[in-house]
Amino acid sequence: MTVFATLVLTFVYVPLVVVGVNSFNSDRTFGWPPPGFTTKWWEAALQAQGPRDALLTSVKAGLGATAIALVLGTLLALALSRYDFFGKHAVSILVVLPIALPGIVTGVALQSVIQNVLSPVFGIGAGLFTIIVGHATFCIVIAFNNVTARLRRLGGSLEQASADLGARPLTTFRRVTFPLLRSSLLAGALLAFALSFDEIVVTTFTAGPESQTLPIWIFNNLFRPNQAPVVNVVAVVLIVLSIIPVWLAQRLGGADAAESRL
Amino acid sequence: MAAETASGTPAIRLNGLRKEFAGTPPVVAVHDVDLDVRAGEFFSMLGPSGSGKTTVLRMIAGFEEPTSGRIELAGEDVTGRQPYERDVNTVFQDYALFPHMSVAENVEYGLLVTKVGRAERRSRVAEALEQVRLGDHGSRRPSQLSGGQRQRVALARALVNRPTVLLLDEPLGALDLKLREQMQVELKGIQRDVGITFLFVTHDQEEALTLSDRIAVFDAGRIEQVGTAHEVYESPASAFVAGFVGTSNLLTGDAARAVIRRDGSFAIRPEKVAVMAVGSPADTGMMSADGTLEEVVYGGPVTRYVVALDAGGRLTALEQNAGTRPDVAALRRGERVALRWRADHVIDVPGPPAPERSPLGASPQQSPTTT
Repeated sequence: MTVFATLVLTFVYVPLVVVGVNSFNSDRTFGWPPPGFTTKWWEAALQAQGPRDALLTSVKAGLGATAIALVLGTLLALALSRYDFFGKHAVSILVVLPIALPGIVTGVALQSVIQNVLSPVFGIGAGLFTIIVGHATFCIVIAFNNVTARLRRLGGSLEQASADLGARPLTTFRRVTFPLLRSSLLAGALLAFALSFDEIVVTTFTAGPESQTLPIWIFNNLFRPNQAPVVNVVAVVLIVLSIIPVWLAQRLGGADAAESRL
Repeated sequence: MAAETASGTPAIRLNGLRKEFAGTPPVVAVHDVDLDVRAGEFFSMLGPSGSGKTTVLRMIAGFEEPTSGRIELAGEDVTGRQPYERDVNTVFQDYALFPHMSVAENVEYGLLVTKVGRAERRSRVAEALEQVRLGDHGSRRPSQLSGGQRQRVALARALVNRPTVLLLDEPLGALDLKLREQMQVELKGIQRDVGITFLFVTHDQEEALTLSDRIAVFDAGRIEQVGTAHEVYESPASAFVAGFVGTSNLLTGDAARAVIRRDGSFAIRPEKVAVMAVGSPADTGMMSADGTLEEVVYGGPVTRYVVALDAGGRLTALEQNAGTRPDVAALRRGERVALRWRADHVIDVPGPPAPERSPLGASPQQSPTTT
């Protein structure tokens, strides 16, 4: 058991450590073992315009997609867990489906919509907006799942108690439902942001020539020999920025599960 | 403080209240129930689970919409209204306290959302917490309280709004026996103090008998009988009531004909049946039957004797151990005994006998006699 776990973890994490070490490797062609260590690649990366723009685009896309996902995912979760209506089951499957769809299918589909509908009819070309929409398709699922799980655990009796005490539906949402959902919303947001931040497949089809996200930038520069060291640095940044939200989301989930059990 | 109801107007009036749940065929949970609950009354709805009592409560609170019928609160038709538009408050079975608020905030909630001024809120919350003896627990979280304390917070949270009617959905169900008995006494005291109409749902017949001014006994979505504890216990209107409230001691068919010497179904409360040695003389006005002891259950203050009658059927006798005669105390399973009871303690119960139910309360319940 232990051996197996060690093996798996080694396979997963050793390459990441190598990337981290290489970002300080003084050899331009990543000779191994590193002949020496330097911070010049980090300096170069920080000065370069390309990665900085890409980082900004990634952050914007992540925030935008997360915001859309939170609002729509929460509303969907509330509708599906608190109300009965025709087609309820179909809707709940349709909501979760995007996470199962291959990214490439989503990407191709979105691209054809952009080319055939959005740009000629509405004048919206591929760019930041389309990246956000593309990412939102799978980020919604994360928010939806988090909120649905919480709603299920809470049950409806607290909301009934609130109505019984004279609170109208909006007041009940503001004073009871939302405060109890807050931590699961935060956890969902962090995960959604992390997913969006390192997404590449859907982004390839929805990003225009002007806007590059960080993963796309890495992909484009990977095989340019003089950019290789900088790519390592950017990769390390990407790893760190993706891990932090996931770690935070896990801690939140744990702390919260303990608190809300009454 | 009492519900401001014109005298004579019931606090709750149910008129042909019916609830069907979807299905093929639809499940009728409540069959056209009519009921008046007087202002200031401690009224219990008693019945086995699935008898419709909780559904009635939820319709009065506004959580379920009746299929047909009317609900009036203090003379006002509230049938179509939302829960937040009704002057009732509920104590939920699982308490449903808000986990993200302190005890005081929980109690304050109803006043806050109905826009009562801050100074008044503060004094009423303090008063309500005092009433349930939680005056110094206001800043705690519900998760830091014991089950009994949570129960009292739920009570204070509902009472602080001074509703026309307080609905209680098996509020003591989750407490252990000792705490439950203590809370029963407190609940009764609080109800007397505030003078609010209490509508109490329970499946525990002892609880209903102890607490209530009047009781409605439910079975299969219908009210079988409405009456005081005394009426429901001493003169049950049906075999079901006789069996559900108190230990069932029913004689029917051939056994009834042989022992009571009339046709029909008859109930005799166990504490009214005396166990004697076979052949002891019977006084005038007493009825008697011989049988074999099937079971002797010693229960501290009382002992329960289950006797299989020679005429068929089975009767339970309950003897106070204070005055047990030595000849009875020594009785063992399989011995022959004579049962004696006063003829005027025999209750005529119309209708078919109650189906066998799981024992309720502390007393082992005997299945009714069948022929």
